[in-house]
Amino acid sequence: MLTGPVIVAASFLYLLLLFAVAYFGDKRADAGRSVIANPTIYALSLAVYCTTWTYYGSVGRAASSGLGFVPIFLGPTLAVALWWFVMLKMVRIGKTNRITSIADFIASRYGKSHLLGGLVTVIAVLGVIPYIALQLKALSVSFAILVPPDDVVSAGRGALPWLADTTFYVALSMAAFTILFGTRHLDATERHEGLVAAIAFESLVKLVAFVAVGVFVTFGLFDGFGDLFSRAAREPQLQALMRMGAGGNGYANWFALTLLSMLAVMFLPRQFQVTVVENVNENHLRRAIWLFPLYLLLINVFVLPIALGGLMSFAGQQVDADTFVLRLPMVFGHDWLALVVFIGGLSAATGMIVVETIALSTMVCNDLVMPLLLRYRWLALQGQEDVSGVLLGIRRGAIVLILLLAYLYFRLAGEAHALVSIGLISFAAVAQFAPAMLGGMYWRGGTRAGAVAGLSSGFAVWLYTLLLPSFAKSGWLPGDFLQNGLFGLDLLRPQELFGMQGLDPLAHSLFWSMLANLGAYVWVSLMRQPTAIEAGQATLFVDVFKQGRPSDGAFWRGSARVGDLLPLLGRFLGRERAANAFDDYARSRGVSREALQADAGLVHFAETTLAGAIGSASARVIVASVVQEEPLGLDEVMNILDEASQVRAYSRRLEQKSRELEEATRELRSANERLKELDRLKDDFMSSVTHELRTPLTSIRAFSEMLLEDPGIDVEDRQRFLAIIVSETERLTRLVNQVLDMAKIESGHADWVDDEVSLLEVVEQGAAATSQLFRDKGVTLEMSLPPAVPVLFADRDRLVQVVLNLLSNAVKFVVRGSGQVRLSLCETDEGLQVDVRDNGPGLTPEEQRVVFEKFRQGGNTMTDKPQGTGLGLPISRQIVEHYGGRLWVESVPGEGATFSFLMPCGKSAVRKEDAG
Amino acid sequence: MAKKILIADDEQNIVISLEFLMKREGFTVCVATDGQEAIDKVRSEAPDLVLLDIMMPRKNGYEVCQEIRTDPGLQGTRILMLTAKGREMEITKGLAMGADAYMTKPFSTRELVTKVKSLLDLPA
Repeated sequence: MLTGPVIVAASFLYLLLLFAVAYFGDKRADAGRSVIANPTIYALSLAVYCTTWTYYGSVGRAASSGLGFVPIFLGPTLAVALWWFVMLKMVRIGKTNRITSIADFIASRYGKSHLLGGLVTVIAVLGVIPYIALQLKALSVSFAILVPPDDVVSAGRGALPWLADTTFYVALSMAAFTILFGTRHLDATERHEGLVAAIAFESLVKLVAFVAVGVFVTFGLFDGFGDLFSRAAREPQLQALMRMGAGGNGYANWFALTLLSMLAVMFLPRQFQVTVVENVNENHLRRAIWLFPLYLLLINVFVLPIALGGLMSFAGQQVDADTFVLRLPMVFGHDWLALVVFIGGLSAATGMIVVETIALSTMVCNDLVMPLLLRYRWLALQGQEDVSGVLLGIRRGAIVLILLLAYLYFRLAGEAHALVSIGLISFAAVAQFAPAMLGGMYWRGGTRAGAVAGLSSGFAVWLYTLLLPSFAKSGWLPGDFLQNGLFGLDLLRPQELFGMQGLDPLAHSLFWSMLANLGAYVWVSLMRQPTAIEAGQATLFVDVFKQGRPSDGAFWRGSARVGDLLPLLGRFLGRERAANAFDDYARSRGVSREALQADAGLVHFAETTLAGAIGSASARVIVASVVQEEPLGLDEVMNILDEASQVRAYSRRLEQKSRELEEATRELRSANERLKELDRLKDDFMSSVTHELRTPLTSIRAFSEMLLEDPGIDVEDRQRFLAIIVSETERLTRLVNQVLDMAKIESGHADWVDDEVSLLEVVEQGAAATSQLFRDKGVTLEMSLPPAVPVLFADRDRLVQVVLNLLSNAVKFVVRGSGQVRLSLCETDEGLQVDVRDNGPGLTPEEQRVVFEKFRQGGNTMTDKPQGTGLGLPISRQIVEHYGGRLWVESVPGEGATFSFLMPCGKSAVRKEDAG
Repeated sequence: MAKKILIADDEQNIVISLEFLMKREGFTVCVATDGQEAIDKVRSEAPDLVLLDIMMPRKNGYEVCQEIRTDPGLQGTRILMLTAKGREMEITKGLAMGADAYMTKPFSTRELVTKVKSLLDLPA
């Protein structure tokens, strides 16, 4: 049997173990080999989200509303999906501005405002104290269950004096534990490596313990999930739990709870502490994004089985479902398992209490107590003594105070509520931070006044619609305002505000508080322009990822002395730490500490370093006490911002210029290649033209010289030679004409005399002009022409030139006497097609490929060496293509060739009757 | 005994003029109208000198030149290249392939005869 001393001893042993883990973590951190520089540890530490509320309360909620426990974990899972954008930005802002808490974050964003920091702190403390009370309650209840009633005086706690109440001692030991953990020294970065290691360890312990119970219930008491669910399904009440909407969890409430949990997982002070303040490496977020939801899934798998198992096992008995996790192993005689469960619950509670209290104590110290002290110039005016001890004292006091307040709440209101309801009240409180936080990260226009208005109205609505009713229900306040509204006005009924009904109190409160909060924040912010310091801070937050944002200290102007700043830091951080910090800074600037200039950068450095210890708002005031700052006007801040955006724009322009330059280089290179290619073509062309000109000249010169030198040549030879000279001269003329023609067409300088023209007439004209050639060589020309064709719009003479060229080519290559050429014209889908078919030698595929190149002449033999220029086909093709047509050849070697060209018929082409 | 000259050119009129000119100077003349025929005639007719055009069908003048120079039985054959392409590169290439001399078209008939005679070691 478990006895009180055994459990107390086990608990203390466990806390010692935790302390050992934390100690180990701190030692490793001091040695520079951090254990928490590990994404898995980071993700596990986030699971501080799962408190005793999860551990005991989920089962309670599942037992009353079935799947109603899911949103608490669905919310974070959804929120985490956005973390790579939202949380990454929050972490980056936190690091660059040395943010120490969520109050610091908001205060810093809206111009390092003491008022805002204080307001956030008050909301956080008031909002979260019930949550801490809930942990105390869970611990004390679980202790009371384990230990038989005669071992401890537990009946009627309300009447019990504090000093006899175990919960009081639990609270005190938690305070001691937290002080040991969290405030051993004042750190400039406000990070607690050992603590994070211990929290990660605790997350594992509570997961293992909870899963152990789940396995015990599912596979020990029942035969697995199937057995458990099918047995539950046989009982009508339990069956209802397994459906959506059981126990009043309608979709509106589901949505409200999911939204609330999404916000809570980011803005609960302890979540902000572990995710932002304790983050050592932004990339750890990557693993947390999947590992944390996985953790949530694992710890929730057995919630419903345990709830159903408990309901069936304790059917007919009055047993609080919140205690199923602990009672099930006990009732079935597994004391060792019950002890494990208790330790798991202790884990969940200590983790939450320690981190939450540290976060709150930092806020209380930096954002509530410090500003008050500064107001009376108490700290700033004290000589040179080290005040870091004072700061630690304040924090320790705050820790004790917060836990005592939590205990008080537990005594006053704790009995009246189930665990879940208390937790949700806290969730709704921290949700009020969302507009100021998210707005501050993404909207430049948010102002301090807007944030104050939003936070206070949201908080006031929360107080009136959620917290006060909870007090009233526990009998601590008269309850009649619940029924009748404040001052007897029905419209002001806290849970049916302005007559809104049908939502559960939580969703109702969330709706109205968020409406008031967001509305006031936006409306008041829009009422006036941000001031200089607000605009400056807005830029540091909103543009944290942008390059070329204003440099550190860009928004500060004035004069300062190193001799003032260093001792100032020393007073808050300890002399040695301050000196080290200055040395590091000097090194980063590449100078020695003695040579440091007290410029804006150094003042900014001193202020952020100090902010890491006492919060940004207080740091600003304290640094201001030793430097002479010349306040910047809004215009000047705008100029700086403008400059920064100009730098951004300039760098963008530079990048663009460089891209354009590369592009231009690439284009130039390829243009150069094209030019080289053209140059080569021109060279080839010139070489060919030269050859073609020199060849006839050779004959002409040779014969002329011979005729000149030798008068004795007989008449017959003389006649023959002169005929050759004439023919070669003609060839030369033709060549010169065609080269010029070609050049004109290619350069686009040719004159095209376009008019309505009938291809039928063109073909007939071509045939008539070559009839002498055909007769001379004894070649027959056969024509196949339609009676009428559509009219084209083209240059008639050029088209005749094409037909002439094809016909004279054909006659050139066919055999003298037996040659046959067939000329046909027909209308196709694409236009008008002219075919010139001969029965000559035909062309090989290679010849077909090159026949349209310039100066390529067909025919390989001396016999009938063609007298062409090698330009006829290229020119013809240019002409046809000028009108969008095609010119091509089809041939089988030995079976003749068909040269064809196709002229497209425009839409405007009209059919014209032709007499021919 | 009259020296024999092979005229290798695919331009009919040039062949006619060269044939008349060479015969008038007292040479024996044979004719080829493409590169392959030129090589065949060099082998069968064993001319003392070839007037070799470069741009010819089937085999160009360079190939003919190279083939003659790599045949040990044809070492006595003189080669005078004639071409309408007058670029420096072509002249260099022709001489590198083993031509003895080079003339660009159009040529002076008198200079051609002088060049032929000097290649054949005949008095001008």
